[in-house]
Amino acid sequence: MDTHAYGRSSSLLREATRVETDKSIRMNKVSYSVGGRQIIRDFDMTLEKGISRTILGVSGVGKTTILKLLLGLLKPDSGKIFLNGQPIAGLRESELTRLRRNIAIVFQGGALFDSMTVGENVGYRLFEEGVLAESAIENIVLEKLSFVGLEKSINLYPAELSGGMKKRVAIARALAADPEYIFFDEPTTGLDPIGVYNIRNLMLKLEEEGKTTLMVTHDLHTAFAVSQQFSFLHDTRLIFDGSREELKTSNLPAIREFFNPSEQSLFSGE
Amino acid sequence: MSATLPERTLKMVILQIQEFFALAARSLIRVFSPPFYYREFATQFEKIGFDSLFIISLTGLFTGMVMALQALIQLKPFAATSSVGSMVAVTMIKELGPVLASLMVAGRVGSAITAEIGTMMVTEQVDAMRVEGTDIIKRLVTPRLKAAVLAMPMLAIVTDAVSLVGGYLIAATYNINPLMYYKSLPRFMVFQDLVEGVVKPAVFGFIIAMISCYVGFSTKGGAEGVGTSAKRAVVLSSVLILVTDFFITKIFIAFR
Repeated sequence: MDTHAYGRSSSLLREATRVETDKSIRMNKVSYSVGGRQIIRDFDMTLEKGISRTILGVSGVGKTTILKLLLGLLKPDSGKIFLNGQPIAGLRESELTRLRRNIAIVFQGGALFDSMTVGENVGYRLFEEGVLAESAIENIVLEKLSFVGLEKSINLYPAELSGGMKKRVAIARALAADPEYIFFDEPTTGLDPIGVYNIRNLMLKLEEEGKTTLMVTHDLHTAFAVSQQFSFLHDTRLIFDGSREELKTSNLPAIREFFNPSEQSLFSGE
Repeated sequence: MSATLPERTLKMVILQIQEFFALAARSLIRVFSPPFYYREFATQFEKIGFDSLFIISLTGLFTGMVMALQALIQLKPFAATSSVGSMVAVTMIKELGPVLASLMVAGRVGSAITAEIGTMMVTEQVDAMRVEGTDIIKRLVTPRLKAAVLAMPMLAIVTDAVSLVGGYLIAATYNINPLMYYKSLPRFMVFQDLVEGVVKPAVFGFIIAMISCYVGFSTKGGAEGVGTSAKRAVVLSSVLILVTDFFITKIFIAFR
């Protein structure tokens, strides 16, 4: 037997087995740059089902970019991204759509469709798929809006909603197709304390219902309340990957600075 | 060795031209496959077609009046004022009707399309559509493309018709009777001229829709970026309409 062929077939079998059982979302040594500016470099991350994660870092460090890379909205310069165990490099948009079926995202501003009502926004994916009857979709829309406490807003347009209401409608839209993973991009930014409290409670409810969340945020209270695993991004690189307790006791200067901004950083313009 | 500024600029222009043609090709392919987004098409046809009727009618009316005025001044010394209708007709139907109607629509509708898509880009609505499983070219571009290509010839015909009425309003002041004006209309025209008067606006509609959508998708930088894109789309569309008009005219003359 050709040992090289044996080695190849053995590694292929291991890869195939891993693909069959691997339901996680992974980034492996991913780098991305824009216009010559490096955004992230050799970034590794695994999002296991049932273990929610938060990505922390200062503004502009590339946290939102990571979410978009994971969803295939951006293409990395190098590295591999896996959704449900399948590499997404080179996939056509229609193939990516199939993989994204299990994932939803709540964008920072909600990204509600301005020309559609709240009800049409929430039921958007279901209407597009055209599989369910309109009455069935309407029932699902009402159910999801009830979950976020906005069933009375079904006929309003996004322009008529407050910032907090937009985020809640965006969450309802994300839930409509019953995804396993939900990404949140700065879910509590720009909200008043009551809004923050409502969103945090919704995220906790989602975890109780078996959803796995990946959040990028500066809101440490929400992050610590919701997530079990943390990644910290600093100067294009991942400098920390661990649990809540490990993060709190980390001695890395960038993390200590993030938790306790000093006078020096205040006056140096950082 | 790093590229110089002219090299980088040239590369960027070539890349943008390549991306534009790729978007145009993908949009054309999707015209013939479902889902057809009939409601979206109807909305766009109303915005591009019906909502432009007033402005292109105004354009046609005053252009026809000016054409007639200028023609009558030139024709009067030769006692040839009876030909004013034919001069207005051939100029409007072959050239000014399609071009002016298209320039008006490019300014009014093209900028709106770019602003709408540009706003969707900067507020991540386009990303949200992609994540929700929508083919954004089929949803956002193809309905606008179909609406523009179908509506523009109709708008050009309306512009031509109103311009002929405007021309008569001036001709009447020179005692040209309506029957004489009406009979003179086709004097300098052949059937090919009518075809040209319909083909040109269809091509210009394609240009308006595709340029507006392409520039919309390229928008970056918030509200200011949207404004810059809208301006850029109108300028690009207008220049391309004028350049394309020249080449289409040359082709029709070659086959005359």
